[in-house]
Amino acid sequence: MDLKRRDFIKGVACSSLLLAADAPSVFAAEPRKTLSSDALGILYDATLCVGCKACVAACKQNNDMPPDHTTEEKLYDDPIDLSGKTLNIIKLYKHGAGTEKDNETGYSYIKRHCMHCIDPSCISACPVKALTKNPKNGIVEYNKDACVGCRYCQLACPYNIPKFEWLEAFPQIRKCQLCSHLIKKGKISACCDVCPTGASLFGNVNDLLKEAKRRLEMKPGEENVFPVASINSKDTTARPAGKYFQHIYGEKEGGGTQVLFLAGVSHEKLGLPKLSDRADAAVSEGIQHGIYKGMIGPVALLAGLLFTVYKNTKKDDK
Amino acid sequence: MADNKPLGGKILTKPFLVCLVILAIAGILLIKRLIFGVGSVTNLTDGYPWGIWIAYDVVVGTALACGGYAMALLIYVLNKGEYYPLIRSAILTSVFGYTLAGVSIFFDVGRYWQLHNMFLPWFSQINSILFEVGVCIALYVLVLWIEFTPSFLEKWKTEKYLKIANKFMFIFIAIGILLPTMHQSSLGSLLIIAGQKVSPLWQTNLLPLLFLTTAITMGYSIVVMESILSSLGFRMPLETPILGKLSKIIPRLIVFYLVVRFGELIYRGQLGLALNGDFKGFMFIVENILYLIPVVILFQSKNLTKPRMIFIAAVSMLLAGSVYRFNAFLVGFDPGPGWHYFPSFSETMITLGFISIEIMGYLYLVKKLPVLPVLRHT
Repeated sequence: MDLKRRDFIKGVACSSLLLAADAPSVFAAEPRKTLSSDALGILYDATLCVGCKACVAACKQNNDMPPDHTTEEKLYDDPIDLSGKTLNIIKLYKHGAGTEKDNETGYSYIKRHCMHCIDPSCISACPVKALTKNPKNGIVEYNKDACVGCRYCQLACPYNIPKFEWLEAFPQIRKCQLCSHLIKKGKISACCDVCPTGASLFGNVNDLLKEAKRRLEMKPGEENVFPVASINSKDTTARPAGKYFQHIYGEKEGGGTQVLFLAGVSHEKLGLPKLSDRADAAVSEGIQHGIYKGMIGPVALLAGLLFTVYKNTKKDDK
Repeated sequence: MADNKPLGGKILTKPFLVCLVILAIAGILLIKRLIFGVGSVTNLTDGYPWGIWIAYDVVVGTALACGGYAMALLIYVLNKGEYYPLIRSAILTSVFGYTLAGVSIFFDVGRYWQLHNMFLPWFSQINSILFEVGVCIALYVLVLWIEFTPSFLEKWKTEKYLKIANKFMFIFIAIGILLPTMHQSSLGSLLIIAGQKVSPLWQTNLLPLLFLTTAITMGYSIVVMESILSSLGFRMPLETPILGKLSKIIPRLIVFYLVVRFGELIYRGQLGLALNGDFKGFMFIVENILYLIPVVILFQSKNLTKPRMIFIAAVSMLLAGSVYRFNAFLVGFDPGPGWHYFPSFSETMITLGFISIEIMGYLYLVKKLPVLPVLRHT
């Protein structure tokens, strides 16, 4: 018996039945998660940030995180990036001599921590529900008792946010949880609470978006009033508006995030990835669901296989 | 059934002892990993959370272990009974490839004592592609051992149980075809969620189809390669006629794969990235040259009777598929500026340790159990 081309094609078709089953719907978009009206988040405005790093210290204190030493002397908590020990960091963008603040040819601060995506890749990636999105306020939380430490969340996150404790015998994934433990007590995220200038502003994401849009319309240099700590707080500061790069980072990136960034420098220069408006989780799950069709595909294939294999093994026995 | 016989012979041969030494070193390093953490033996970072333990041990390793799956497709789905003599050794390598992938995952994950959470319904996250891959691979390891049981039962001469096993084996064979179809395609899908971190040369929504096709093609290639190596190693006659015929399938699958792969790259207008002179482009070219070698060799029917040529073709295909997977998971993966990854010495030794167990297990079992075909020529 010669293996004919036709048989071969039949074989390929059969084995990729799952994939071919419903080709058009494979790439169909699914209804995805949208921003909840109770979603909480942070608006970070780099033009207000003075780089004091009070937020970094407050984060460590309120989340019981150890100091991170990157210099020989080990005198200070001096993280150079987010890690299993640092959930929130202020970084510096500098161009050349970098004398003028909030300018492409000068310098700018940028704050980095979990973006609390509206449709997070890490949650879609996690095989064991160790990462979950609070249905009410949208905070992306971590449960160590579920986590197997596979680190697929790290691979999936476009912002490289989840961090792993590489040198622990019993490691965990670490990331900002928007101080959900403080929010439960009616408080706000520690980083915003201590921010003296209002650069880190806590609040309802819809309110923060409105505030961000208001700022983009301000005339640079003109005196304006800015809320401090929380968008609902009575504490305000008056100062000249910065010269904003006209984009709210996080409004649409990767399907949107609950952390929003404003700056005087393009966000790409500040190290934020350029992302499309759709969540990678939507693409990935769309393809997988398209192929599997609620397990109907695999069940049908198994039935076909059982029949074929039974028929072919019976014949061999005779 | 009488087609297969134990080879007999000494167990502690030179290759076996070399493997034993590597295994011992790997064992010590694994103890270090358990005490001081994954980072103490690997070069993995938060930017490159997956290294060769996933890329080789699991993604490449299980594809190299697809012989059993590919042969089952041919024999039981396409009804080509003539290839039956090759299935047992194919299943044996699948047993080892997959079992070792499972064992290596245990050491790779950080919280291994909770690994069983994957199987607890209240923790199951069914939208996770890794969940599907993990569960499918775990089940398939079980199915493979069941598929291999007749070899034990024959050895122990337990006619009664052998009969029962053979009666119900079709169920496990069917499941044993379904599961790799699912997880081999999903191994590719794993990368889709990494979005822009994976170079457009490898990031495509057709990853599941490309991974499945190469897994099947690697399956046939490993059967060819291993049969020739076993014949040479154990001084048995070569199975050239049947291997030649089996080899005819390989170039056709590759052509199908290449048409999809290049068609899609041209459609997205990303093929130019292959020629922009960087390392990624270079590796893309290497990968595809390796695919072309077996196509060129095996489409000439005169080569199908030459063991040397079909061997070279099979090895080239195995390298092509392996490089493709390495490229997709490591070379084409770029989490952003400042991150670098190259496997550490310890990390590599541990992977070599896993490969050593596979080789030792194979050498041991083909000598003790009726696995290899000893037929016709003898």
